[in-house]
Amino acid sequence: MEDLIALLPFDLPHPALLLAGVLEGTVLAAVLALTALGLSIVFGIMRVVNVAHGEFYMLGAVLAWFVTTWVAAVTGGPPWLGFAVALVVAPLVVGVIAAATDWLVLKRLNYDPEATIVATIGILYIIQQLALTFYGPYARPVEAPFDFRVATPYFGYSGYKLVVVGAAIALMLVVWLVLTRTRIGLVMRATQYDRETAQAFGIPVDKVYAGVFALGAGLAAIGAVLIVPIRQADYLMGGDPLLLSFIVVILGGLGSLRGTLVAALFIGLSDGIISTLYDATLAKILATLLVAMVLVFRPQGLFGARAA
Amino acid sequence: MMRSVILHGAMIALLIALEPMLSEYHHGNLARILVLATYAVGYNILFGYTGLLSLGHAMFFAAGMYGCALMVRLAEWSVGPAFIVGVVCALVAGLVVGLLALRTIGVGFMIVTLMFAEAAHLTIAYYNEYTRGDEGFTIPQAVRSVAGLDLSDTTTRYFAALTLFSLCLIASAALVQSRAGRVLVAIRENEDRVRMLGFDPFRYKLLALVLSAVMAGAAGAAYAVLFGYAGSTFASVQYSIFPLLWVLLGGPGTTLGPLLGTVLMFYLVDYASGTVMPGLAAFVEGSFGIDAPGLASAYLLLVGIALVLLVLFAPRGVLGVVRARVVPWLP
Repeated sequence: MEDLIALLPFDLPHPALLLAGVLEGTVLAAVLALTALGLSIVFGIMRVVNVAHGEFYMLGAVLAWFVTTWVAAVTGGPPWLGFAVALVVAPLVVGVIAAATDWLVLKRLNYDPEATIVATIGILYIIQQLALTFYGPYARPVEAPFDFRVATPYFGYSGYKLVVVGAAIALMLVVWLVLTRTRIGLVMRATQYDRETAQAFGIPVDKVYAGVFALGAGLAAIGAVLIVPIRQADYLMGGDPLLLSFIVVILGGLGSLRGTLVAALFIGLSDGIISTLYDATLAKILATLLVAMVLVFRPQGLFGARAA
Repeated sequence: MMRSVILHGAMIALLIALEPMLSEYHHGNLARILVLATYAVGYNILFGYTGLLSLGHAMFFAAGMYGCALMVRLAEWSVGPAFIVGVVCALVAGLVVGLLALRTIGVGFMIVTLMFAEAAHLTIAYYNEYTRGDEGFTIPQAVRSVAGLDLSDTTTRYFAALTLFSLCLIASAALVQSRAGRVLVAIRENEDRVRMLGFDPFRYKLLALVLSAVMAGAAGAAYAVLFGYAGSTFASVQYSIFPLLWVLLGGPGTTLGPLLGTVLMFYLVDYASGTVMPGLAAFVEGSFGIDAPGLASAYLLLVGIALVLLVLFAPRGVLGVVRARVVPWLP
């Protein structure tokens, strides 16, 4: 076996490094899947490509910092208390902002695909620059709610990161149950299938759209709150998740829940492994080119038959 | 036809006449605006006349900029031939991207161009050994001259920028009044009908995209030569959004809209970030005690607000409204 490995034309990475890559990749994949799921639901049901999705994510992280700081200052309680409050408050606030955006802007554009993209680009800058205005150009950490380490054969790994993976999986399961097993989900799917008929049957389509947009943004915000003890919060952090979510959602097939999850796992793991072992920029170049080629050569399977 | 010649001639004459009256500060600004407006004129051919909304034009601007600047920096070419290399780079990029991206339409086209531009931006960052990434590099003043003319001199620089802008403006005005230009507008209005009339929309769209890319590339190369700097910020998404904003503001599908939009937006951002925002920041902190550490530098807020307001309330832009209400023959 040793001889065989010596014959390989490249160096095998050390198993510890490989394990670290897989673990980091899994954490990234979990949060990415949650964020991309939000983007996918919004496109699937509303046919809106939300370019501001990354900023809802950023807003979740920044709000988590404000909330945890405030709770710590007012109650003097332990870190987990502030974090728990942030986990509820941040997605709710982001959801309300998203619903207001839908009502003030997207609805008035009649959800015209091209106009909504231009408008969400504008919203991207507005949210990002307001965050810069009131939060400032800093990167600030949020303390993890608990601190324990899990032993691996090579190193101790942050237990919090593994909890993030579990929480993300649980949340996605909840979303899936809501979409497929509840009345709310049925109403959403009816609206997706045929907006006019749904309206004729008394479904309040406007409210469904606002709710779906809020749900999509809220999922991104939850993902950000979960990640912020690992990665600091700053006003430019929305760019990467937006790009990666686009990649995941397009590769997986827009509006397809299963496709999104599989693609998130694939992109998250490969990004984690490639960035740990090689170079993050190269991984992203390849992924963006792959997405462009998929859209050029297989548009029907990915944007669906109804896209203009 | 005659009216169009007079209109564009008058515009160029006005820009020539303006030169001796400009202060040092506005001199530099207007030269920059003319180069960026050239970029917008190119963008307008594709977006305003052909109806194709690209979110990746920064890659063509950057192709021209780096094609030119890297020839000067690495191969030590003089800026004249290097400028041509830059334009050729943009042409090739336009051709390759066009052949692929024009297979998609609508939202697909927007995202494909966005992804190609992002890949180009990341590639520039990846080879930072040569491009120096974000930080960029300067082109020394000593080599920035063509045929004995020192392009870093403010007057020469202004007229060089004006020459490039005028050429592109006249080319775009001639194009939209030609037969090919009418086909482009017809494609914007109804592509299926154009196809039924026996035209091949793909070829016309490719023509529009390549022309648009060449003008963007010429603007990028000129920017590197005239202002002596190349950096990867010019390849970022932001620089794909800017021409869209300028054209939307000035009036998509009008020949003078790109210049008007660039001038308005440039001075709006300049005035706001120089005067309004710092004043506002001091006021908010002083009078209300609200902490606003980034307000003074948040000029992109205006870009966002302008985009949303334009899409909601004035998708035809300033000159589009003027054409609809006052001057119906406006080209």
